Amino acid sequence: MKQTLLILAVLAGCSPAAFAQKKPTPKATSATSVPTAAVLKGRAVYTQYCLTCHQADGGGVDGMNPPLTKTDYVLGDKTRLTKVLLNGLQGQDINGEEYHNVMPSQDYLNDQQMADVLTYVRNSFGNKASAVTAAEVKAVRATNKK
Amino acid sequence: MKNSMTRPLLFTAAIAGSLSLYSLVGKPVLAPDPNNAGLKLPAGFGALVVAETGGRARHLTVTPEGNIYVKLNRPKDGKGILELHPAATGKATVTGGFGGYGGTGIYAKDGYLYASSDEEVFRYKLDAKGEVTNPAQPEKIVTGLLNRGEHESKSIVLDNAGNLYVNIGAYSNSCQGKDRQKGSMGIANCPLLDSAGGIWQFRADKAGQTYGTGTRFATGLRNVVGLDWNAQNNQLFVMQHGRDQLHDIFPEMYDTKQSAELPAECMYALSKGANAGWPFLYYDPAKHEKILAPEYGGDGQKLADPKYLEPAAAYPAHMAPDGLLFYTGTMFPEKYRNGAFIAFHGSWNRAPEPQKGYYVVFQPFKDGKPNGQWEVFADNFAGSPEKLASGRADHKPCGLAQGPDGSLYVSDDKAGTIYRIMYTKK
Ligand code: HEC
Repeated sequence: MKQTLLILAVLAGCSPAAFAQKKPTPKATSATSVPTAAVLKGRAVYTQYCLTCHQADGGGVDGMNPPLTKTDYVLGDKTRLTKVLLNGLQGQDINGEEYHNVMPSQDYLNDQQMADVLTYVRNSFGNKASAVTAAEVKAVRATNKK
Repeated sequence: MKNSMTRPLLFTAAIAGSLSLYSLVGKPVLAPDPNNAGLKLPAGFGALVVAETGGRARHLTVTPEGNIYVKLNRPKDGKGILELHPAATGKATVTGGFGGYGGTGIYAKDGYLYASSDEEVFRYKLDAKGEVTNPAQPEKIVTGLLNRGEHESKSIVLDNAGNLYVNIGAYSNSCQGKDRQKGSMGIANCPLLDSAGGIWQFRADKAGQTYGTGTRFATGLRNVVGLDWNAQNNQLFVMQHGRDQLHDIFPEMYDTKQSAELPAECMYALSKGANAGWPFLYYDPAKHEKILAPEYGGDGQKLADPKYLEPAAAYPAHMAPDGLLFYTGTMFPEKYRNGAFIAFHGSWNRAPEPQKGYYVVFQPFKDGKPNGQWEVFADNFAGSPEKLASGRADHKPCGLAQGPDGSLYVSDDKAGTIYRIMYTKK
């Protein structure tokens, strides 16, 4: 939890600053205020490809599919998170719990769809974290070793 | 002198006192909870909460002496098996435990208690009081069973001829090249069936058995959790968990509604060598047909090879039958005798459609075969219609057992509640 907070703090501190170098924005936006359009598009991707397993409320299924509510994966490192979609996941404990289903690779999603769905997940179900961009997904995909 | 005089007097007074108290309060009697443990039951039935174990209570078994043994999915305080001794009121506290491994299967028969981890089957000796005599040194009857995380539980049951039956679930949804991956096709002949996706038979009294010494009794079964021996026609019955995600994997063939209703959860009556056809087919409950799986060239219409076993009965999709029990008691009315109770743990793979299940069903039988329409017997484990629809159930029924008096016991692996259902009409 401490770690997550730290990451959030770092993110909140960094990204607007990086933005500001090029184009000073009149209103300082925090990193957690994410584009609504991305969230809406992300919700559509979620409904189509993730909802059966992770459920409408993001709460998952006991012992089968993990929740997406405030997990280390969802709120933590974006590269690791993106890799869950690219490669799928199996046999990993999530926040100390075992899950017996398999997360299949979602690599048929394009960079934009992946960015949108991750942005949606990071800002739904009680989560609050910075957006994921298509450029970020693209970079992870380019160096992704399965 | 004074003392020896007054003592017996006091003693008598005390006895008289407790006797009058006794007659006032009455003898502790077995009675359902005022709210029937929160369950909805047919008229004439009542239920009580035997215990709140707080563990993930998978299957359970009751000895002829009335001791209850509960198998936990994950050990609690180092104990994977809990022991409960109900008082005359039916209420129990956990009196002990042993077996530091998680698992699902537990079954008492002929003076032994059998229990399974996700790789092994153990056997404990029971004494004349139904107590385990060797909690720390069970015999290892079977070892080395495949556990790849998915469909990992090893349910067990015995027949009346000294055989032990163990489910080894397939570590796959539909034997795709890439499990659950959109569009991925089935692996030819599905080689995982050599070591999983079926029921294996072992000797119940021989230690150290594994694949080589066991027999693949039946195959083509994706995952079985509920199974029981039918003593009327000497046959093994199993409940298969049907495949998931027809829409997710083949969205152009199945919409989300069809995916929620397909395929049926099936009951099979097994004989040695039976093949129920997974992953090559699924059962369509509306068409009453075995349909060729899309992973193996199906299109939602094409029928499967008819050589595969026909289900004995079919139930709504994805409800996850985790417990099966043939009722042989005399407490319940005649219609229940030799019929089957099925615990449906509850669905998840019906989303975005509302979830279903979280109840115990009764399936009438005649001469060892399903006969007539099944009905919901014990309902409202979920707690409310909203919790049912969203799948956020308070309780999830998993195991079933029959007590010596004919009561039906139900375990719940969500909150760890142990229920006892009785016929109370005089
Ligand atoms: C077939 C079911 C299934 C589908 C579909 C699915 N997941 Fe998963 N997901 C899982 C399982 C199971 C795990 C945990 C695997 C493990 O424990 O190793 C998981 C893990 C995750 C994790 C990391 C663990 C956590 O809970 O934070 C994230 C993030 C995630 N999934 C997001 C998604 C997103 C986004 C989609 C849709 C694009 C999706 N999943 C589709 C089953 C699924």
